[in-house]
Amino acid sequence: MKMSPEAKHNLLDPLIGNNPITLQILGICSALAVTTSLKTALLMSMALTLVTAFSGASISAIRNHIPGSIRIIVQMTIIASLVIVVDQLLKAFAYDTAKQLSVFVGLIITNCIVMGRAEAYAMKNPVGLSFLDGIGNGLGYSLVLIVVAFFRELFGAGALLGYQILPLTTEGGWYQSNGMLLLPPSAFFIIGLMIWAIRAWKPEQNEAPDFVIHESHSHSTGEAH
Amino acid sequence: MIKDMLALPNDSTKKTIFIALATCLVCSVLVSVAAVALKPMQEANKAYDKKRNILQIAGLMEEGKSVDELFQQIEPRVVNVDTGEYVADVDATTYDQRKASNDPAQNVLIDKADDVAGIKRRAKYASVYLVKDGDAVKSYILPIKGYGLWSTLYGFIALEADAKTVVGLGYYEHAETPGLGGEVDNPGWKAKWVGKQVYGPNNEVLIDVVKGAVDPASKTAMYEVDGLSGATLTSVGVENMLHYWLGEQGFTPYLEKVRATGGES
Repeated sequence: MKMSPEAKHNLLDPLIGNNPITLQILGICSALAVTTSLKTALLMSMALTLVTAFSGASISAIRNHIPGSIRIIVQMTIIASLVIVVDQLLKAFAYDTAKQLSVFVGLIITNCIVMGRAEAYAMKNPVGLSFLDGIGNGLGYSLVLIVVAFFRELFGAGALLGYQILPLTTEGGWYQSNGMLLLPPSAFFIIGLMIWAIRAWKPEQNEAPDFVIHESHSHSTGEAH
Repeated sequence: MIKDMLALPNDSTKKTIFIALATCLVCSVLVSVAAVALKPMQEANKAYDKKRNILQIAGLMEEGKSVDELFQQIEPRVVNVDTGEYVADVDATTYDQRKASNDPAQNVLIDKADDVAGIKRRAKYASVYLVKDGDAVKSYILPIKGYGLWSTLYGFIALEADAKTVVGLGYYEHAETPGLGGEVDNPGWKAKWVGKQVYGPNNEVLIDVVKGAVDPASKTAMYEVDGLSGATLTSVGVENMLHYWLGEQGFTPYLEKVRATGGES
């Protein structure tokens, strides 16, 4: 089966070119919370990819019948139900890791990526393409999570997927672990560096400045985003 | 009829209500089916997890042996907390202390002045676990719970046959800050509990989670455990719940009986 160019675009573009985290800056909150170890990051990525894909497909399936006045609520209901189902599945089949993820699986409901794709893509496009768009964006999110978790677990705990790679000094090895990498701010630093690297590579991703400071009467507007 | 509904313009009131109801109906069926169908597996996971935690806290985990196999040396019993007597007419393998502590018929309210653990009510009967070596009891595993900073921490403390010396302490459920209060799960910290004394010479609860590190030269070092750095409130919570559960309100009557009789019922 050959993929149509649009399907291919939906699947691959969100990986780097239009990555939900590094370009759209969505879904940062969970990226900070679940990336202390690679295992939780992988499970979270899987959960989010499934939810984005299936919510995109189901919202797209009924898109021509959703009344404009309640469309956000309808989207939320579908997303929330899918998240609960995923949460239940994780508790049944991956109990230990699900326990570590605790509330963050439930918080996929409020993850901006899911809602953003539903509103921006699935409401206007056919089922198959919306499904692929969901998978693509889920994978884009996963890619960032996996890179962040790789660095955090490797240098924060000296391990990968729970296997000790760098022997810690506390256990008689030579590696002095970097505790900061286990705290949420470090994910900010790593994501920031990633955004920098990607934008240095693809300068077209740089946004035009919101305003220009003039020489004669310079003042800052202090606008917060 | 559904066809007629779908033929209506999207923004008509009738269709809006219809779509809202239909979405809710389909979603609730989906959620209920998942919840009901997966429940047995989730319960099995929970039970397995609890057994594994009990084994870990008692220091009984062994490589290559299954949890169920290892759990055979442990005998669950139900104890009346107030009298310290074993309760014979309750099945210890199925008794659910957590459910009981929320059931007005099976719980007692705790006076505000006594409620150092911040739990408001507790079950009349508690599940304790005896680690047996033949007929003799090697250690007693007692359930503890109490409030930390964000959440109630649920765990166990295991005491040696003298009912004074700590074999292990650990939590199987909590929602404290990862990296700070969440360090109650850190094996390094849990290891600091092993061998500590809970009771002083007159059987008063002396166990103390201190701020910073314990001075090993101090006379009271055997009652003291390092606090968790950056998690003062969680540390205080751990200390308070031990004072409650091992004190007069908690397992003191049971442990006194145990010391007198060697754990036989």
